[in-house]
Amino acid sequence: MTTRQSSAIAVTGLRKSFGDQVVLDGLDLTVRRGTVFSLLGANGAGKTTTVKILSTLLSADAGEVQVAGHDLAREPDAVRAAIGVTGQFSAVDNLLTGEENLLLMADLHHLARGEGRRRAAQLLEQFDLVEASRKPASTYSGGMRRRLDLAMTLVGSPQVIFLDEPTTGLDPRSRRNMWQIIRDLVAGGVTIFLTTQYLEEADELADRIAVLDHGRVVAEGTAEELKRRIPGGHVRLRFAAPQGLDAAMGLLGQATRDNDALALRVPSDGSLRSLKTLIDRLDDRAIEVDELSVHTPDLDDVFLALTGDSTNEKVTTR
Amino acid sequence: MSTHTLTGPAPAGLRFHPLRDSATMLRRNLKRMLRYPSMTVMLVGMPVVFLLLFVYVFGGTLGAGLGGPVHSGAVGGRAEYANYVAPAIILMTVTSTVQGTAISIAMDMTEGIIARFRTMHIARVSVLTGHVLGSVIQAVFSLVIVIGVALLVGFRPAAGLGGWLAAAGFLVLVTFALVWLAVALGQVSKSVETASNLPMPLVLLPFLGSGFVPTDSMPAGLRWFAEYQPFTPIIETLRGLLMDKPIGNNGWIALVWCAVIALGGYLWSKRLFNRVGSR
Ligand SMILES: Nc1ncnc2c1ncn2[C@@H]1O[C@H](COP(=O)(O)OP(=O)(O)OP(=O)(O)O)[C@@H](O)[C@H]1O
Ligand SMILES: [Mg+2]
Repeated sequence: MTTRQSSAIAVTGLRKSFGDQVVLDGLDLTVRRGTVFSLLGANGAGKTTTVKILSTLLSADAGEVQVAGHDLAREPDAVRAAIGVTGQFSAVDNLLTGEENLLLMADLHHLARGEGRRRAAQLLEQFDLVEASRKPASTYSGGMRRRLDLAMTLVGSPQVIFLDEPTTGLDPRSRRNMWQIIRDLVAGGVTIFLTTQYLEEADELADRIAVLDHGRVVAEGTAEELKRRIPGGHVRLRFAAPQGLDAAMGLLGQATRDNDALALRVPSDGSLRSLKTLIDRLDDRAIEVDELSVHTPDLDDVFLALTGDSTNEKVTTR
Repeated sequence: MSTHTLTGPAPAGLRFHPLRDSATMLRRNLKRMLRYPSMTVMLVGMPVVFLLLFVYVFGGTLGAGLGGPVHSGAVGGRAEYANYVAPAIILMTVTSTVQGTAISIAMDMTEGIIARFRTMHIARVSVLTGHVLGSVIQAVFSLVIVIGVALLVGFRPAAGLGGWLAAAGFLVLVTFALVWLAVALGQVSKSVETASNLPMPLVLLPFLGSGFVPTDSMPAGLRWFAEYQPFTPIIETLRGLLMDKPIGNNGWIALVWCAVIALGGYLWSKRLFNRVGSR
């Protein structure tokens, strides 16, 4: 199947229960190679469970999973050789220094001594940890530990990287730094599977976003596609003169007007087609528009609309 | 398979390197021991305290009760008892180290880095062998100290070079076997406290054998247990090697026990570690 060959991750019918609590109830996902895929979901939706299964830490109850072209159940070793994982909870050796942690990873990836040292030094630099490199990780702040954690994942240059809330607890500058690192990785052909609580982050980074709710994917698409799925989008037109505003108001019946700003708010799904229709209609009447801006709902709106009834409760039981 | 074209790692990259990975994990564990020295100090301290206690507090009386070629006076009894009890204390050094192994395994399993190791393409068993080798090295270090103290307080072994080498080899073997058992015990423990309690029987067994007093001085039921439990032949073998006395069947029985404990501990540990989704 062509989709399988060009995909870094392909999941069909993935199921997982803990006791009688169903966490994943037939999950289907496809992640193209060299893209960022973001999984969103409320607390307890099963994001970490999904990451754990895909990274061979947890066994699934049912379903087909391929990661980097290898079947997860039959070739877990091949999968492990291709992936890197930064879990939700810190996975560093607290008694070792930052540098020793990175060198440990280099040794486990069988890098030559010199190469390992170079790689460690480069990552310490990249993650802004040079100063702390000789201190035990137990003395690191939460954000420093998080950065070390990700640096350790990158030592082996994995093809597919799982990041479970990679920027939780990072300050804005570190977060942006992390985003840039992720973009660079993707530019180098790496595939990223990302979960996050920051919708802005998914918006910034992800090529495709899936929203997990009640153990299933309830929506999937680009950030733009998801935003268009829910109401609240509009086009704002600003006019040079009151006459324009009046004329447009007459033309586009269901708009709301803002007399002070000489502006009109027209409901719209923000798609190119609807914009073209709107502009053509204004053009036909030769109505002069000063400025046009499209307002789509942000991902927060999408998230709240899609997972509305379950944000505060756990997954279904049956 | 078409899928291979996109995945990169050649078959050679998929080979495991258990020796290399074990050496890496060993280095990790030795570093951790150095960073956390209080544990090592405690592990050496316990047998030393017991040695001093048994030689100086109980030694006079226990030595007088040993029977055999009795020296005259309390000093003779104490000197003789020092020779009698030293092998048991030496073995206690091993069980104490092993208790430390269980604790550090349990501590390690609560650390996220173990989850990271599980997602990496490494020889899985190396996580455990790293601990085993580290503990054996730690035991050798502790043994040197404890035997040194024993010599200072009057332990006078009769063994020649051959006897010492045999005893050293035997001790490493016993340590190796018990450490594998401890690795399993450390993994079944849900907490660090449990991990320090579970190997307690190992620490107590030398008392319920020929470690501190000869078994014929015990009541019948206990004597039966003492004679058949693994630590008695182990202590008797060690005693025979160090005091240059015949060891009879004890050598073989001890070796078989070691083999059984090592194999059982290894298989159990490996199974515990390979449980998918254990946490
Ligand atoms: N080992 C486990 N045993 C029992 N239940 C579990 C286990 N791990 C997870 N769960 C349950 O599975 C559900 C999903 O958990 P998961 O950690 O995947 O959520 P999440 O989407 O990552 O949440 P968060 O945003 O809080 O990180 C939760 O209800 C959780 O209680
Ligand atoms: Mg989570």
